[in-house]
Amino acid sequence: MRTSVIVIGAGQTGLAVSYFLTRRGIDHVVFERGEVGHSWRTERWDSLRMLTPNWQNHLPGAPYQGGDPDGYMTMTDVADLLNGYAARIEAPVRTGVAVTSVTRDGRDYRVQTTAGTWSAPSVVIATGACNIPKIPALAAGVPAGIDQLSPKHYRNPGRLAAGGVLVVGAAATGAQIAAEVQASGRPVTLAVGEHVRMPRTYRGHDILWWMEHSGIWSQRFDELDDIVRARHLPSPQLVGTPERITLDLNYLTGLGVRLAGRLARVADGVAQFSGSLKNVIALADLKARRLLNTFDEWAAEQGLDAQLPAATDAERLVDTLVPDSPPLSVSLTDGSIRTIIWATGYVPDYSFLDIDVLDRKGQLKHDGGIVTASPGLYRIGLPVLRRRNSTFVNGAESDAREITDHLAAYLAARPEPASAEPADPGDETPAYDAVLARTAS
Amino acid sequence: MTTATAPVNNGVNTAALLGARKALADQPEAAQFVWRATSEWIHSTHSKGVVKSYFGLGAEQPHKQAQTVEFDHPETFGEEDQAVTPVEVVLTALGGCLTGGIAAVAQHRGIQLRSVKATIEGDMDIFGILGIDPEVRNGYGEIRVNYEIDADASQADIEALVAQSQKRSAVFDIVANPTNISVTATKVDSAAEVA
Repeated sequence: MRTSVIVIGAGQTGLAVSYFLTRRGIDHVVFERGEVGHSWRTERWDSLRMLTPNWQNHLPGAPYQGGDPDGYMTMTDVADLLNGYAARIEAPVRTGVAVTSVTRDGRDYRVQTTAGTWSAPSVVIATGACNIPKIPALAAGVPAGIDQLSPKHYRNPGRLAAGGVLVVGAAATGAQIAAEVQASGRPVTLAVGEHVRMPRTYRGHDILWWMEHSGIWSQRFDELDDIVRARHLPSPQLVGTPERITLDLNYLTGLGVRLAGRLARVADGVAQFSGSLKNVIALADLKARRLLNTFDEWAAEQGLDAQLPAATDAERLVDTLVPDSPPLSVSLTDGSIRTIIWATGYVPDYSFLDIDVLDRKGQLKHDGGIVTASPGLYRIGLPVLRRRNSTFVNGAESDAREITDHLAAYLAARPEPASAEPADPGDETPAYDAVLARTAS
Repeated sequence: MTTATAPVNNGVNTAALLGARKALADQPEAAQFVWRATSEWIHSTHSKGVVKSYFGLGAEQPHKQAQTVEFDHPETFGEEDQAVTPVEVVLTALGGCLTGGIAAVAQHRGIQLRSVKATIEGDMDIFGILGIDPEVRNGYGEIRVNYEIDADASQADIEALVAQSQKRSAVFDIVANPTNISVTATKVDSAAEVA
């Protein structure tokens, strides 16, 4: 079976790509291994809500229309939103079809699925950023008596053994899980490396309102000083709750969570933590205040100071309390820790991709989602793929528009029928680059 | 008053550092360095360490000249105090690494430094090294570093400079984090070696 574009994954980015392809009249199919919004529905913990307020959860051609713009959707809400969107834009989604391999066949792509083999001149990988939990190698040294799990399989504290829990990682996930596990009566030790502190609200608005309106969120990947760093930043310590609480380390300390440095080593039944806790906390406090200053400067420039309330003391961020002597180690054999939760991030899975486009760490080499080494291949939905908000629902639109602009130019410049062309890598005529130059900005 | 346009010069070749970062990203093997030193006993607790060369960028790299550091223990330990105590050298190494980092980060951020001074202190309970209490560690219980910096920058920017230097410091990492160490020993005949 043949089509022009094969989109892999029917989450927000795959559907946004489908929206723009349909608007351009480009024939395509979207393969989804489960139901629309599969990972949102099946690979998240029970209490998780979106970090973005509802009004920000808009998709191309579909502004938020519910009655609670300042609330935060549950995972079921998100999956429902995506299903409704897929139906509304009549996206050609084949649910329950998993892609098992993608290979090159001359200038085409051959895509094997659980429902037959397809070919197309273009493929868009929209499989999300959170595929495989990234668990550090030192986990291999954890004694057998300790339960270990990742956020992909964590559901709620009630499913954990009674007793102490070591949560490794203090981004949004680790901080949220640490809070609810501690509240369940299981004492939590939280291993804290570099992290991003943010108040939930600032001067009467959600912090993400500021990120969006000040323009920080739409900073482009090719304008950032240090793209490697930007793409590896931990997610901000945010939680979406009806009370709009600020989930920072002081909040966790108040709940009784014990802070430790980054987990540095596991040996002889002992987990050892870095002595760098004070510095990572100092860095996060400095950066959080700098961010708020940036917002204040922007508000002043825009003449908004009259309409916006002044920052409250709590919003100005009191110093993070650092314990006098944070623990440098904890025993994994004396029964004080029963469970380790690895909130250490995810890596994308490219095991289905049989094309030489991965770097030495197995990650896709791309230029803002364009896989230049393999024309016609695209990626969407990675951290700071094209903008700082590339992995948020509201970031899908502009990334999908630009990726489909590039893709359409590529298809238009490409002689058809492609499969009849001899496969001659020396005959690559990058005529589409000229078209792109016009769409680039 | 200096003019606002005076170029910042802390003497750091940041262009070379940034160039190295860009060039090495594509050749990870060239980024594999081996630092080495020799140590030789002189008398009692007096010894000397020598560094001559290291391996990096795919080749052996000689220092311009060999450097020697001597070590001894102080009179409170019943020794002759002929040289610095090894644990003190660790403090100076930490200071050296952080101060160098501060200069480099300041250069990159356009901050002119006029003076950078640090005091470095480490608390040690010698019940550990004396074997009096097995629950006391041998090494430092806590290390404190205090910087006093005169620069064209705000207090917050100076704090950020020092924090960033810690984040990129090798010695800070070596001191703050565990490292696997293997030590081997071989019996030799030093008389035969001379012959």
